[in-house]
Amino acid sequence: MATNTRKGSTVPFWRDERYLQAIAQVIVVGGIAALGWWLIRNLLTGLESLGTPLNFRFLGQTAQFDIGESMISYTRNSPYVRAILVGLLNTIKVSSVGILFATLFGVIIGVARLSSNWLVNRLAAAYVELLRNIPLLVFLIFLSSTVFHKLPLVAEAASIGKWAFLTNRGIYVTWVHKAAGWSTYQWVLLAGLLISVVMSVLLIRQGRRTGRMPLWFLWALLSFIGVAVVGWFIIPATPLVPDIPTLQGRNFQGGISLTPEFMAIFSGLVIYTAAFIAEVVRAGIQAVSKGQREAAAALGLSNFMTLRLVVFPQAMRVIIPPLTSQYLNLTKNSSLAIAVGYPDLFAVGGTIVNQSGRAVEIILITMGVYLSFSLLTSLFMNWYNRHTQLVER
Amino acid sequence: MSRKLLIVLAVLILSVLVLGACASNTTADKPAEQTASEPAPQEQPATKSTLDVVKERGKIICGVNQAVPGFGFLQSDGSFAGFDIDFCKALSAAVFGDTSKVEYRPLNAKQRFTALQGGEIDVLIRNTTWTLTRDTELGANFAPTTFYDGQGITVRKDSGVNTLEDLAGGSICVAAGTTTELNLADQMAARGIDYTPVVFETADETTGAYLDGRCDAYTTDKSGLVARMSLFPNPEEHKILDETLSKEPLGPVVRQGDDQWFDIVKWVVFATFTGEEMNINSQNVDDAKANATDPNVRKLLGLEGDMGQKLGLSNDWAYNIIKMVGNYAEIYDRNLGPDTVFNLARGLNASWVDGGLLYAPPIR
Ligand SMILES: N[C@@H](CCC(=O)N[C@@H](CS)C(=O)NCC(=O)O)C(=O)O
Repeated sequence: MATNTRKGSTVPFWRDERYLQAIAQVIVVGGIAALGWWLIRNLLTGLESLGTPLNFRFLGQTAQFDIGESMISYTRNSPYVRAILVGLLNTIKVSSVGILFATLFGVIIGVARLSSNWLVNRLAAAYVELLRNIPLLVFLIFLSSTVFHKLPLVAEAASIGKWAFLTNRGIYVTWVHKAAGWSTYQWVLLAGLLISVVMSVLLIRQGRRTGRMPLWFLWALLSFIGVAVVGWFIIPATPLVPDIPTLQGRNFQGGISLTPEFMAIFSGLVIYTAAFIAEVVRAGIQAVSKGQREAAAALGLSNFMTLRLVVFPQAMRVIIPPLTSQYLNLTKNSSLAIAVGYPDLFAVGGTIVNQSGRAVEIILITMGVYLSFSLLTSLFMNWYNRHTQLVER
Repeated sequence: MSRKLLIVLAVLILSVLVLGACASNTTADKPAEQTASEPAPQEQPATKSTLDVVKERGKIICGVNQAVPGFGFLQSDGSFAGFDIDFCKALSAAVFGDTSKVEYRPLNAKQRFTALQGGEIDVLIRNTTWTLTRDTELGANFAPTTFYDGQGITVRKDSGVNTLEDLAGGSICVAAGTTTELNLADQMAARGIDYTPVVFETADETTGAYLDGRCDAYTTDKSGLVARMSLFPNPEEHKILDETLSKEPLGPVVRQGDDQWFDIVKWVVFATFTGEEMNINSQNVDDAKANATDPNVRKLLGLEGDMGQKLGLSNDWAYNIIKMVGNYAEIYDRNLGPDTVFNLARGLNASWVDGGLLYAPPIR
């Protein structure tokens, strides 16, 4: 009966894979949409029947609780939204600095794993194997309770040359205060910056022309430092004075400080994620064919130059996609901060849920935030990936 | 294109359909989804009462503390003990005539209301403070207060701290999701004292950080302080400040929406109060039952008036509580009294007969 004899088609449509695939996709999408719709409706009616319909107005109410560390001004009188913002910024702080350092360590360890030096190579392998096989939560609690809380008491602070202090209340490092001369000095710094930018542009241009790239970055840096130093002595009033942490009452005051809670979650994330990044880097380097390296050696490039100019640019293409997932993991894993007492988004959200009863709303906000973080990171990395892919051929 | 892909797709479709089917089964017994969206309250099968659920299950799931000795503590042999635990047992005695029909679900401060709202537990008896917000927005209903408490502060004796003001510039360790986290913020703001809160999720982490010197002070309910200090390696090196920061009435909590279950939990507590008021305890309750002439005693012990049935229980509910667990005084003394390491004076927690706040409405 299936006499569907169009040009070249001998199979009936229900056995034509193209149709089948299309139909299957429609069914799957429809099914998922129905399931999602049912779940959402279930949630909304459930909340309705509990007498707490979805409502975000509570965010304007007074938070009533304090937060240990915050990058913006915050008190118990601030509204819940501000508390969420404090948590959000703390999450961003630990993840962004974490990603930076994890990448740095990861690359070093990944390269070390391929070193021909037996000891270096074995140490890197041991590091990777050890850390990849410990649950992160266990590692964080270990860091917090046996490392950072066991640092010296404030009264017995270990000092490093009188300008840095190590205690179990935090790490305090001397910083600078702006002083009388600052308003003039900031123009000096701006001038220095301008000079170094101009210098780099000129040097790079010259490098392109002659084919011999000078160490432009070094020159730019040196000129900036030069201007800054000369300016310092020319200006009559001192622009900056050191702000040395001193023990006042129960804690150190002054300088810049990092709390043990931040140190625990930060170092935990960095040390842990670096192990995974090291593997990604190693795989990327190994994916570059041996001939490339041999050719570079034949041209007389040093080991370092081979890595920098030949191996890395090609390895990047293999490295970036899995590296992106490591970045996403690090960001998401930062939600374990509550275990070590660091007030990240998830920890602050938990307190709000408990004090306001608005569990669903807070979970939705939290999920939304992590999702947008992840999507933004992916977006950026995909852009970067395309950028490096273009180099090919 | 390949056959594999088709198989994968087929499996996906099937699983979605199966999931969808399960899902619609649980929403309503009617197969047609459309009817469910119309408001049809009569068609909705009445949700089972907590009492029926508990009886069917054969045990009560009691949300408890596991980290506060004397109140709710997980002992080394795996059993739970404490003042709050005894009220779980009293509830079990009233419902089942047996104190062992309880499943204890240890919860930290932050988890407890979610567990209660979500139906994971039948009752929460875990040094939980009665507040307006919890009573309303958190969907909780509070049974009578079993322990009147207030928030205190523990410091090292050698710290030189004697008042809250002495803690200026210091750090204070506190557990997340507690009233004490809020009271602390309130008090410090009211007095204009600058401090850093260090917030952890569990009592172990909180006291651990305090003991390591991360904080100058540790704060929670005074009962909690006494209890946790009994676990410190050198309790004599620490002290509780005289100041009391707040009122912390602690008692059992149930979910809103089931009045019968709420009544049962309330009257179980009142039965322990009444036992003490009438001087009926686990030792003399059999005697009292055999010789009861006082109508009030007869009603309490189920000899007249069908008091138990009115709650949906058997008439010997209160007899079972007193016989198997004891009256309030016995529960208090067993866990917190002079023979324990805590030796907490009754204070506000004395019966009204002795000038305290415990007062049970008449069982009649
Ligand atoms: N009564 C207070 C809370 C009391 C409370 O939970 N205190 C902590 C003291 S650190 C506790 O018992 N924690 C036990 C645990 O974390 O398991 C309230 O209802 O919010």
